[in-house]
Amino acid sequence: MTTLEKLTSMAGALLLFGAVMGLILYIAGRFGERRAGKPVAFLFLLPTALLVAVGLVYPALRTIYQSFFDAGGTSFVGLDNFATIFTSSDELTVLRNTVLWVVVTPFIATAVGLLYAILVDGARMEAFAKALIFLPMAISFVGASIIWKFIYAYRPDQANVKQIGVLNQIVVWLGGTPVNWLVGSPLNTLLLIVILIWIQAGFAMTILSAAIKAIPGDIVEAARLDGVTTLGMFRFVTLPSIRPAVVVVLTTIGIATLKVFDIVRTVTGGSFNTSVVAYEFYSQTFSSSNQGLGSALAVLLFVLVIPIVAYNIRQMRATEAR
Amino acid sequence: MTTFTPPPVLEKKNDPPVPPPPLSGSEVAESAAKRLSRPWATAAALIIAVLWTIPTFGLLVSSFRPEKLTKTTGWWTFFSNPTVTLDNYRAVLTTEGSSGLGKYVINSFIIVIPSVVIPLVLATLAAYAFAWVKFPGRNVLFIAVFALQIVPIQVTLLPLLKLYVKGDLVGFPAIWISHSIFALPLAIFLLHNFMREIPAELIEAARVDGAGHVKILTAVLLPLLKPAIAAFGIFQFLWVWNDLLVALVFAGGGSDVAPITKGLADLSGTRDSAWHLLSAGALVAIIVPVVVFLSLQRYFVRGLLAGGLKG
Repeated sequence: MTTLEKLTSMAGALLLFGAVMGLILYIAGRFGERRAGKPVAFLFLLPTALLVAVGLVYPALRTIYQSFFDAGGTSFVGLDNFATIFTSSDELTVLRNTVLWVVVTPFIATAVGLLYAILVDGARMEAFAKALIFLPMAISFVGASIIWKFIYAYRPDQANVKQIGVLNQIVVWLGGTPVNWLVGSPLNTLLLIVILIWIQAGFAMTILSAAIKAIPGDIVEAARLDGVTTLGMFRFVTLPSIRPAVVVVLTTIGIATLKVFDIVRTVTGGSFNTSVVAYEFYSQTFSSSNQGLGSALAVLLFVLVIPIVAYNIRQMRATEAR
Repeated sequence: MTTFTPPPVLEKKNDPPVPPPPLSGSEVAESAAKRLSRPWATAAALIIAVLWTIPTFGLLVSSFRPEKLTKTTGWWTFFSNPTVTLDNYRAVLTTEGSSGLGKYVINSFIIVIPSVVIPLVLATLAAYAFAWVKFPGRNVLFIAVFALQIVPIQVTLLPLLKLYVKGDLVGFPAIWISHSIFALPLAIFLLHNFMREIPAELIEAARVDGAGHVKILTAVLLPLLKPAIAAFGIFQFLWVWNDLLVALVFAGGGSDVAPITKGLADLSGTRDSAWHLLSAGALVAIIVPVVVFLSLQRYFVRGLLAGGLKG
């Protein structure tokens, strides 16, 4: 396809979409009166309902169904795929890594974000300082992975060979021998986690900084008059006030972490024991043609996300009720 | 009644930088501690800022260094041997065949525009219906849409791919539709939150004037919704531009419809040691979202806060 053809097809698609929307608005506009609720709601929700039913509900049910079948998707195997996930040593490594990701990433990213938000709060050039930390959020996971792969780059330790990766250069400056960082497990998984922390800390900082600024001034003033120390202020005033925001940040990053795929694929391709559930799903389904196991991994992902989201909703309700 | 001393709280609030002259012992200690901890706080903030900036900075420097130097020396040697070239960018953008990133960039634009416009329009209609149209089952339906955010994209990929193949829907349309579908639950949720904040009297007044739902949505609400729509538009732009998974599954193997992330991932896989190309390529992929992000940061942050805190 030439660029012109691509542009034409895009313009065509947008025109078609515009025409459909115009038609919907035109028909809905005919119901001018106050009691037009039902037909208008129907028209406004119809396209969304269709897309969501076909693109989310049906596939989700289909995948759950598929997870009880074998690699080719033809014969029923019951819970065998799930048994494989929890017994095969390869898959157990995948589970171990996923646990490591989900336990480490949200807490460290949130801690860094919170610390930074407190440190730069009210400082000169606060906006600029925040942009520095926030910027990695705009960088794709693939881009970020390449950036960090470069930091971890390794050159064999020989005379006349210089390191081009910062990390190994620092090791050399400190008198050590360069390390092939991405090969040794579980250190390599932790190094991959660093990438996601680098990306997500800015998100945590933004939300938490807004929450800190929303703390009523008279509470802070009262605590200050009571002679509360800086640490005490954090422990007894700041932290309790921003607790709901911290929960939101932890859970949001937690969910994003569960689904992490691009980083693992770009940096190690899942080798050297670095695979995680989201990546393993992809490689089983599309590379190893094991639909059954792939589907089971996707369902596992689904099951793991549910409690986090449920907890999040409960927290939101509690906050609203106050 | 002749001498009036303002209460200390007020004085502090009005004039924070100048402490009141008569200090009690504990207050003196406190302000001393503060003065001491300030440098530490600044140092810690600086360390974090440097740690967060150096990775990208190193890649930026590398992308302008000649191939030979990039492969044999670290980018920090640039400061003692500053040689600059644009060859890497030329190579990475124009190389014939599938490794030239230029056409992937075009693909990314072709993918991203409908993938932002379509869900935004659909979500605006749906959010309006949920927020301001009374119909039976409204709450149940809204909760259902909200709950669909739980479904990880991974769960939907294989069945969706089979549907597309059956319907003979391949290339860009498959990617546009997929991104639109995946965006809808969150988009509806966010826009709904914004719409509910608009005072009901405003809509009631329009109704009294005889405006129907379409008129209210387009003439009354849409101008007020601009920041919210911008916020979600940026969200979706970044998400689609930076996506790899959807592109890998629905763009097939061909470089004809694949976005820059796939081009870059392939480059990273096949030219693992070609750091001069990788660094330039990564920056080509990064520059568009970063520019969008920096110029519209205000809206983006507002969108984050609406989604993250309002609930």
